[in-house]
Amino acid sequence: MLWIDCPWCGPRPETEYRYGGEAHIARPDPAATDDAGWADYLFMRTNTKGVHAERWMHRDGCRRWFNVLRHTVSNEVLAVYPMGTPRPETPRLPGDGAEGA
Amino acid sequence: MGFRLEKSGRIDRTKPLDFTFNGRRYRGFAGDTLASALIANGTHLTSRSFKYHRPRGILTAGAEEPSALVQLGEGARTEPNLRATQVELYDGLVASGVNAWPSASCDLAAWTGRLAPLFPAGFYYKTFLWPASFWKALYEPAIRRMAGLGHAPDAPDPDSYDRMNAHCDVLVVGAGPAGIAAALAAGEAGARVVLVDEQPALGGALQGLRHRVDGVDGTEWAGAAAARLAAMPEVRVLTRTTLFGYYDHNTLSAVERRTDHLGPGRPAGTSRQRLWTIKAGRVVLATGAHERPLVFADNDRPGIMLASAAQRYVNAYAALPGERAVLFTNNDAAYEAAHDIVEAGGSVGAVVDCRPQPTAPLAPALREAGAALHTGSVIAATHGAKRVRSVTVAKLGKDGGLSRERYRIYCDSVLVSGGWSPAVHLFCQSGGRLAFEEARGVLLPGEATQALQVAGAAGGSFGLAACLAEGGAAGAEAARAAGFGDGSPPPPPPSDAPEPGAITPYWLAPGLKPLGHGKAKHMVDHQDDVTAADIRLAAREGFRSVEHVKRYTTIGMGTDQGKTANVNGLAILADTLGKTVPEVGTTTYRPPYTPVTFGALAGRDRGDLMDPVRRTAMHEWHEENGAVFEPVGQWHRPWWYPKPGEDKHAAVARECRAVREACGLLDASTLGKIEIAGPDSARLLDMVYTNAFSTLKVGRVRYGLMCGDDGMVFDDGTTARLGENRYLMTTTTGNAAHVLEWLEEWLQTEWPEMRVWCTSVTEQWATVALAGPRARDVLAAVAPALALDTESFPFMSVTEGTVAGAPARVFRISFTGELSFEINVPWHHGRHVWEALMAAGADHGITPYGTEAMHVLRAERGFIIVGQETDGTTTPQDLGMDWIVSKKKPDFLGKRAWSRADNLREDRKQLVGILTENPKEVLPEGTQLVDKPGRAPVPMIGHVSSSYMSPTLGRSIALALVRRGRARMGETVHAAPDGRFLPCTITEPVFYDPEGAKRDG
Repeated sequence: MLWIDCPWCGPRPETEYRYGGEAHIARPDPAATDDAGWADYLFMRTNTKGVHAERWMHRDGCRRWFNVLRHTVSNEVLAVYPMGTPRPETPRLPGDGAEGA
Repeated sequence: MGFRLEKSGRIDRTKPLDFTFNGRRYRGFAGDTLASALIANGTHLTSRSFKYHRPRGILTAGAEEPSALVQLGEGARTEPNLRATQVELYDGLVASGVNAWPSASCDLAAWTGRLAPLFPAGFYYKTFLWPASFWKALYEPAIRRMAGLGHAPDAPDPDSYDRMNAHCDVLVVGAGPAGIAAALAAGEAGARVVLVDEQPALGGALQGLRHRVDGVDGTEWAGAAAARLAAMPEVRVLTRTTLFGYYDHNTLSAVERRTDHLGPGRPAGTSRQRLWTIKAGRVVLATGAHERPLVFADNDRPGIMLASAAQRYVNAYAALPGERAVLFTNNDAAYEAAHDIVEAGGSVGAVVDCRPQPTAPLAPALREAGAALHTGSVIAATHGAKRVRSVTVAKLGKDGGLSRERYRIYCDSVLVSGGWSPAVHLFCQSGGRLAFEEARGVLLPGEATQALQVAGAAGGSFGLAACLAEGGAAGAEAARAAGFGDGSPPPPPPSDAPEPGAITPYWLAPGLKPLGHGKAKHMVDHQDDVTAADIRLAAREGFRSVEHVKRYTTIGMGTDQGKTANVNGLAILADTLGKTVPEVGTTTYRPPYTPVTFGALAGRDRGDLMDPVRRTAMHEWHEENGAVFEPVGQWHRPWWYPKPGEDKHAAVARECRAVREACGLLDASTLGKIEIAGPDSARLLDMVYTNAFSTLKVGRVRYGLMCGDDGMVFDDGTTARLGENRYLMTTTTGNAAHVLEWLEEWLQTEWPEMRVWCTSVTEQWATVALAGPRARDVLAAVAPALALDTESFPFMSVTEGTVAGAPARVFRISFTGELSFEINVPWHHGRHVWEALMAAGADHGITPYGTEAMHVLRAERGFIIVGQETDGTTTPQDLGMDWIVSKKKPDFLGKRAWSRADNLREDRKQLVGILTENPKEVLPEGTQLVDKPGRAPVPMIGHVSSSYMSPTLGRSIALALVRRGRARMGETVHAAPDGRFLPCTITEPVFYDPEGAKRDG
């Protein structure tokens, strides 16, 4: 079971959270996005081996969304940061694969 | 009690216990396991094997037991597939071996052993292919009967189970010498420690040995350590507790057996087992090692057991494995087991060592005791029916095959040792990698990915002195890492055990005939009846991946997960493929380490406590008036209200007619209600609904469809504008929480600049839907101050006032097509208002109606239900609801996706009505639709989404999603329920009042 440091409530077990998929996927301007671009926004996600930026929401607590950097092999949580802020720098660890876009 | 030693052992001879096994009565003592008591009684045959029904006995003395599986207890408390080696004996215990009918001794299915050539590796895949219909009717039931292992109880579990949580700085798993040393070191450093062990007392392997630690007997030292640990306030010791799962972030699960060892004497009111979730700062894995068998011909006869198991039975339980034993080994350490048997008064007839020049220090002592020493030799055959009676020993030739030098040695037990395999299961579950050490043939813990240390035999250090030293060091280091002490290890207590000595890995002893020929079986996996020949065959047939070989042969797939089988199997596979063990790799170790009862996993989450039940303010009224309830999400809603003598059909028809002809009352409190407030409320609603809400006037109500950004419908409901910046949204009952999360997600992640607050008010407002042509008269009687005429209170508007004395919001919305008022009052007034309306409507024929009538009424009117007419691939256009999709708004969720090619296909499934030719025929929901009758496969053109007998129309109606359906009005298609083809006509999906003439009454 993952333990995640909610920025508002402190360390809590995974069962209190809802996973929200990959982070930093902004909704594009629909008028300026072609079908392929829209499909990319809707359906395509990276399948990262290594450090992955993802969204979590503390459903059974403060109900706030935030971002997490998690290593998908070790499940180590490397950073927790607010929505709307850029992804923090993290050292690339041995075994990290391509992270995609 | 022929094989019980006069003295020694750790059993309590003053407490005899009577028990029954396989129908026979026996006597054992307190401190026995079922296995040790059977051995003391001279009984080795316990059960039959899974596939061939071969006689099987006790192979081990612990958790790794693959063979001696028993069905314990009777009635509701019976439990299958328990290892006899772990079942603590209690007075009155009743057990039987699994897989034997009528008994292990006389097994009618043993003829399968003679059909063995028909059961090669992968025989399920090869044999039961054809014809397909035979699988369900014949093969599967027959196989299940033959190979079912034990049986589950068929009555509810009478016991209770609890769930516990523990947080600690250091968790030590395993209370053998290493684990005890670790717990003492960490505890003395001041850390919060949890020590877990599956045995009733601390000591682990020390229980089966005669070594001294710190000047006293090993178990005495363990007992003193237990007392020291008990005196430390921050240390918790959990015995009879199996740590079975190692999950992420040092979260581990254990099951504690509190009353199982007490049998019928269990105290009332004590939960039977507890499921522990332990969150640990550091973990010390001191899980020990399992001795592994050697693989030789017919190595599975009762009486053949691991050398260390025999040693434990003698030393711990004073139970001799037989009158005359033979030891077969590839290592020095096993000589100690034979030596302990001799010391205890037993007899060892021969020592067979596959090494040409063994170096065991105890060899001379054994020879002196009368054991013949056969070096460079193997057991080439075993003999005996239900118990080993003799073995054929053969000298190995230079090529590794058998020479002509053979001996027949009579014996009634064979002690086997192929070396030790560290118990790396939890380490692997934690994500750690294994490394293979060629010299000793062991898989060792390698790189760890979590905060853990491995100590003692679990890390490949099999000597007692090393276990004590490593344990202390690991405990001190774990405490230091958690912030306690300086990490300097305590001086290890002195011990008298010799070093484990030399070993030469040896994987497969040749038999008298080539492998796979003749009747002899080289058993690798005793539980799944997988032989060395099966593994060879799988490799010959092209299986290279160890995971594929596992699934094809089923090695390691039993309840024991191959604890005694996997390393031998891997080595034999590697040898067959001409690869090394690391090249072949290992299969995945998964929780649970040993089986866990469903009861422990469920805990208190069963029956009424399984899921919270939500009840409305009027629930008791519904109960008092005979409602049949339907679960909708967590809510219990009235389904229909049968009168005496009425069945479902009659009750629903009566309720429907009442709404159409007079008036009805529905408890609609469960609909999700979300208040949306703030200056940007209108902007938010314009984005999440397909139609516009910024243009809605205060006091008016609008129906809306909610889509994902993929364009698919996911919720619908009405939203009222209560004020300039204040709306009340309703959602479907089952989707209320999801919609609230949906709004919050967009507000927090994509549109944080919007100033909007969303609040669930579902349980603040009780809602009564009053529907039917007489609804206005009824409401007027209890709300005289409300203007209810169509002009002052038009359709799709909201007003506030007093209803039956309670403050109320009244909405003029309709889900039935009739004149309808949805009356919202504060929750605690719900029942009062409901009863007032029932009283006021008595003269108007008011009738309470349930969700089934509601469904029929809305289907007659062609109103969709999200999740019934939609399935996550349905757009508003598919539903024919283009009218609700804004053409003016530049952007809202879902809009962009509708111009994607797939959503523009002309052959999309579209909502239509379906009328069966036979008006009495009600199609089952989900019925497939085809164009023409024909033999399968027939192209499917759609499916029925809703289907009812309509009392209003006097015939059946259905809604369906049909390819290109909107363009096929009036055409005939065929519904195909239960093998028939029924002609149906495609119609508009509105069957009643298409003009909406009834909505104003």
